[in-house]
Amino acid sequence: MEQKTKINAEDGKQELVITREFDLPVELLFKAYVEAEIVEQWMGTKVLKLENKKHGSYQFETTDTKGNKYGFNGTIHEFSPNLKITRTFEMENTPFGIQLEFLEFEKLKEGTSKLIMHIVYRSVENRDQILQLPFAQGINMAHNRLQDIVNKLR
Amino acid sequence: MNLRRDVFQAIADPTRRAILLLVASQSMTAGVIASNFDTARPTVSKHLQILTECELLEQEQNGREIYYHINAKKMKEVADFIEPFRTMWDDRFNKLETIMKNYKSIT
Repeated sequence: MEQKTKINAEDGKQELVITREFDLPVELLFKAYVEAEIVEQWMGTKVLKLENKKHGSYQFETTDTKGNKYGFNGTIHEFSPNLKITRTFEMENTPFGIQLEFLEFEKLKEGTSKLIMHIVYRSVENRDQILQLPFAQGINMAHNRLQDIVNKLR
Repeated sequence: MNLRRDVFQAIADPTRRAILLLVASQSMTAGVIASNFDTARPTVSKHLQILTECELLEQEQNGREIYYHINAKKMKEVADFIEPFRTMWDDRFNKLETIMKNYKSIT
């Protein structure tokens, strides 16, 4: 399988960078972050609130297959259409704390674009803990969600 | 106390990472490993115990001496620990791309 998404997480640092090139114009890539119904589809979450502006905030709620609800929220600090979103991210009711996310949207050649997501965590330990999350509960959740989506597509 | 050690907790400690790097070059005894550190011998022993419990190190009896060597298979698992996280984002972004391509064809 082609690995389009790359992660650079240097040992002993409290940050990581996720990069991904899309076969989409930057306007459409950006739109996928702005329109609540679209965010809901690809993030597999319910969008309770999404204010795309400086000092705006957002709130997501994900329900797993057992009906357990998980809340996510954050505040938007910078919002430049088709260029940049800077925001915080927090998983509610977890000890993981708040992370800072710098999202940069770049136009490449015609019809293609690149997303650079720079995430800063509170500490090195905090980052490594979160990186391991998909190992534990996350991977099941993601697989279940994928399965649901695939079933709907049939 | 017989806790099943978490491999990531094990490598979070800088001394333990240094031990793994050291032993990666060749198998050695606890004494030789300890001589490479300023840390007290019992502390090094504790680190070795943790690394052995989480299977990053393996013990091998050679005459009267116990040698420690790297468990390559387990080390590879650790090296790949970022992979589930990457896959999670890759799945999301693939989905985003598919959705927006359809969106493009609608508008």
